[in-house]
Amino acid sequence: MGWVLGLDLGARTTKAVLIDPAGLESARAAETTGVFFQRASDAARARCCESAGIAPAEIEYVAATGYGRYQVPFRQVQITEITCHARGAVALFPRTGTVIDGGAQTTRCMKVAPNGRVRAFRQNDKCASGSGRFLERVAKALELELADLGPRALRAGDPCEISSICAVLAESEVINLVSQEKPTDDILAGAHHAITGRVAALVKPLKPEGEITLTGGCVHNPAFVRSLEAALGAPLNVSPGNEYAGALGAALLGRYRLMRVAA
Amino acid sequence: MVAGVDVGSTQTKAILLDEGRAIVGRALTDTGAHVVRAAERAFETALADAGVDAHDIGYVIGTGYGRYKVTFGDDQVTEISCHAKGASFVFPGTRTVLDIGGQDTKAIRIDARGEVLDFCMNDKCAAGTGRFLTAAADVMELSIDDIGPLSLEAQRPIQISNVCTVFVETEILSHVARGRKLPDVLAGVHRAIARRAVGLVRRVGLEPEYTFTGGVSRNPGMRHALEERLGTAPNASEESHYVGAIGAALFAWERVHAGAAAGASSATAAAGAGDAAGPGAPEPSHRPASNASP
Repeated sequence: MGWVLGLDLGARTTKAVLIDPAGLESARAAETTGVFFQRASDAARARCCESAGIAPAEIEYVAATGYGRYQVPFRQVQITEITCHARGAVALFPRTGTVIDGGAQTTRCMKVAPNGRVRAFRQNDKCASGSGRFLERVAKALELELADLGPRALRAGDPCEISSICAVLAESEVINLVSQEKPTDDILAGAHHAITGRVAALVKPLKPEGEITLTGGCVHNPAFVRSLEAALGAPLNVSPGNEYAGALGAALLGRYRLMRVAA
Repeated sequence: MVAGVDVGSTQTKAILLDEGRAIVGRALTDTGAHVVRAAERAFETALADAGVDAHDIGYVIGTGYGRYKVTFGDDQVTEISCHAKGASFVFPGTRTVLDIGGQDTKAIRIDARGEVLDFCMNDKCAAGTGRFLTAAADVMELSIDDIGPLSLEAQRPIQISNVCTVFVETEILSHVARGRKLPDVLAGVHRAIARRAVGLVRRVGLEPEYTFTGGVSRNPGMRHALEERLGTAPNASEESHYVGAIGAALFAWERVHAGAAAGASSATAAAGAGDAAGPGAPEPSHRPASNASP
């Protein structure tokens, strides 16, 4: 049994998780995806190998997932994000019954069995409302760093109402609120409520069960987490490693396949 | 004289009509964030264009997304009715109107008199609106005025697979990064909007002639993309961008003449115009008011 790499090529960030021959996570890395998927996957693999002290050739099996999974030339297999996030979330939080993945361009929700198998899912990958891009646009309109949005939104006194569903139209709405001299923190809180309202609308028809684990880049945003918890009326399992749930799931599923091939 | 002020999400248009319904003054200005001021600015510019002052204007109608911000107006009429009336006036054979503005797109089916029979609009999503073009121009670092002509030079237009404007920006970048020519990418963008717009038109039913109005009607790439998809070219002219304001001014003209026909003794005609002053007493409400927004 050898080294297995899981690669998750997201629309904004490429994540990699390396599993050692004993089946334990050995390294992880994140790279900005950009427009050249191959460059991002090469860089993420190189960083994992470097921190584990192995050569890329020592990796026996590579499982790719995410939006750019077909663009990884050195992959052995590609697996959908739905399957990988479910598997990764259960590995991180074993009592997970529902997974919500909030990525840059896609929002999805899966109900999962205790073994990580997907029982039902819904996703929105057609429209940026409810996705990370929505907040990226708001950050751009307000000339703020993406990482600052959440902490500032938490300081809001009187959150603004943002009625646009479309991320592009919401951007204009934000600019109008700025010109009405609304406090930036209040505008940001409104933007977070708008996006989590969309996520909740996607999740609720699935009737979430068990513990809910949040995955994807949104886990780094505390205002998103709090606002989504309020919208769903339930706590969320969150840890910094949750951003790597897709890559971890890909690695675990890759290792399982490798074991079956070996047997 | 009467005026129509069309306060769009992106640009504000004003038109002055004389007694014979000829256009005697016009103005175009960016709406920006201060909508009340944009309406005032457009009105004042149109007055200067015609060489008249506010007292010469008998009736003002506001239309468009910011129509309630036309604080000096006598009444408001929806942009659907105004585009229908304006298009029918500019191109009398019009039976279908396609209005592509900065933030919404409408398809309107009208009768021979310019009355609305049916309409359908998209104001929930930027796909198929002018914002889609602005976003494409921004991401390619081109001027919005250049992208239409440039798209006409395409040889092998790309196929845009996303609907969402935000995702299309990423899609455009990846095509450019892979070395696709700008005209080919732009032609793909124009076709994508045409596909969405024609979807709306088909829902109300396309009946010739069809007239293209709104800011995007100035874009030759868009007119070409519509022609490609529908087989016939839309009616469009220099006036197309002002059609909403023209329609509003025509409603204003009708109010004045209906008031005149009913006679000065008929107080109900004035009362019917709402809380604004009726045709009999135009002056007080015509000065651009303070910035008190409704």
